[in-house]
Amino acid sequence: MIVKVCVGSSCHLKGSYDVIEKMKEILKKYDVEDLIDLQASFCLGFCAQGVTVKADDFDKATVDKIGDNQLLLHNVNKDNIEDTFATKIYPLLNI
Amino acid sequence: MKVFDTNVQLIKYNILKEVIKKAYADDLVNAYSEIPKIISPGPKAEYRCCIYKERAISQERVRMAMGGNKDNPNVVEVIDIACDECPTGGMFVTPACRGCIQHNCMSVCPRGAISIVDKKCTIDSSKCVECGKCTQACPYGAIIAQHRPCVQSCKVKAISMNEEKQAVIDNNKCIACGACVYKCPFGAIVDKSFVLDVIDILKNSENNTKYKTYAIIAPAIVSQCRYGRVSQVVTAIMKLGFHQVVEAALGADITLYREAGEFKEKGIMTTSCCPSFVAFVEKNFPELTKYISSSDSPMIETARLIKHSDPTAKIVFIGPCSSKKMEFRLPKTHGLIDCVMSFEELQAFVDAKDIDTTLCEDTILDNASFYGRIFAKSGGITRGITDVAKDMNVENLSPVAMNGIDECRANLTKLKFNKSTDNFFEGMACDGGCLNGALCLNHGPRNLQDVDKYGLEAKEKTIENSVKLYKLNS
Ligand code: FES
Repeated sequence: MIVKVCVGSSCHLKGSYDVIEKMKEILKKYDVEDLIDLQASFCLGFCAQGVTVKADDFDKATVDKIGDNQLLLHNVNKDNIEDTFATKIYPLLNI
Repeated sequence: MKVFDTNVQLIKYNILKEVIKKAYADDLVNAYSEIPKIISPGPKAEYRCCIYKERAISQERVRMAMGGNKDNPNVVEVIDIACDECPTGGMFVTPACRGCIQHNCMSVCPRGAISIVDKKCTIDSSKCVECGKCTQACPYGAIIAQHRPCVQSCKVKAISMNEEKQAVIDNNKCIACGACVYKCPFGAIVDKSFVLDVIDILKNSENNTKYKTYAIIAPAIVSQCRYGRVSQVVTAIMKLGFHQVVEAALGADITLYREAGEFKEKGIMTTSCCPSFVAFVEKNFPELTKYISSSDSPMIETARLIKHSDPTAKIVFIGPCSSKKMEFRLPKTHGLIDCVMSFEELQAFVDAKDIDTTLCEDTILDNASFYGRIFAKSGGITRGITDVAKDMNVENLSPVAMNGIDECRANLTKLKFNKSTDNFFEGMACDGGCLNGALCLNHGPRNLQDVDKYGLEAKEKTIENSVKLYKLNS
């Protein structure tokens, strides 16, 4: 799975880099560094609801389960990213 | 509000605008026959001997706007019929010489080239070194220097005359800095425009559904388009059909980081971000090419970040520079940039599409640090590398900012003969740096203040986060 944190201008001003740093810690903490490729992306098109995080490149089982091949998360910040990760992203991993 | 410095720029702009309109009307076949008539409606000629010559020159300008001569690899070309064959006689005594008694001209001449014949000043051209002292000394201003503006602007002596007295560019010497383009008062030397390729990229993206189009914008933009805010210009660029706009200054942060690391190993190094400077070193100081930094230019680093997050992206660089039009096709840039457009061309494009920038809403542009943004001025890299080196524990750095080709030549000569006390050489071909680039809409001291202010407005005060982004992606 790839998790892309938006570093477009608007999200950048809202704290993308803090989110990325936090994400790195979280991936370590949950021991999923090998399963999730953390990347940065330019504007994902939801500037008003930034920071935007997009998860995609799911395996087939996940796509079947949620009926979609991507997951968009809005209004992410360094304080809510762990919660968001635990409730929205982590469950999508087939481990 | 005046957008351009010169009338020549305005003519180029008008031609570009018409070509762009024709491209969108799918009517380029009529460009050569119709545009010259729009530019010179007649019946009287405005600048040239007759309306026919004026239109013939416009036709050549249309050709340049549509890519110029494909067989000539140089991005800068002479429009021979537009060259007015300026006099080249050197120092010339006009009839304003009153045959005075004082002879200031004679006393200031360091070579004894001036004598008084029949009560009038006469200059012996075999002794004259064209220093120009006499032109200033004469109280009547009777002595003038007749130099070709193109020849004088060319710091690498790439321009000479053919038998017809028309200017010719020696491609082996030319570094594509564009100084002559800005300086020729007749607009006879012109940069090739690839704006039609940009239009194709935008059209073929089918509103960014087939692939996404990105504009990388050089930090010098801040002193351009003064009628609006940068954030409005960003919106205008997006209205042309770009998916989004990214600051080249982001790549500049990364270039700084890589240069600091490379310096640690090399010990002596020159910058590599100005393609004209790099060409200057290659053509004039081949023995020093080993010192040129292997770090990629900010344009390329930014493109790399974009391609990493969006591999099918098509990327257009928008900047003040003619040599970027050369650089993006060099093998060392790995095809990361799909096309390059100048600020002049951007202005024509926005206006051809009837976009009023002053009415555009604001789109924030903030990707880079303070240091990345001040890359646009001479001394910016020196400032950046000094601070970055401190953070990265790089020692013994002694940087020098070489502002313009003349300073580059002097400092590189010192380096060549082991007489330089500096070890980090920032080279920029344009005087003042990119903020006075040849294809800027306007040039002048105010641009410097604008760039400084723009640097301070960046959210990131250090390159730390840009570097993290770079590491995340590599
Ligand atoms: S900048 Fe992040 S969604 Fe637009």
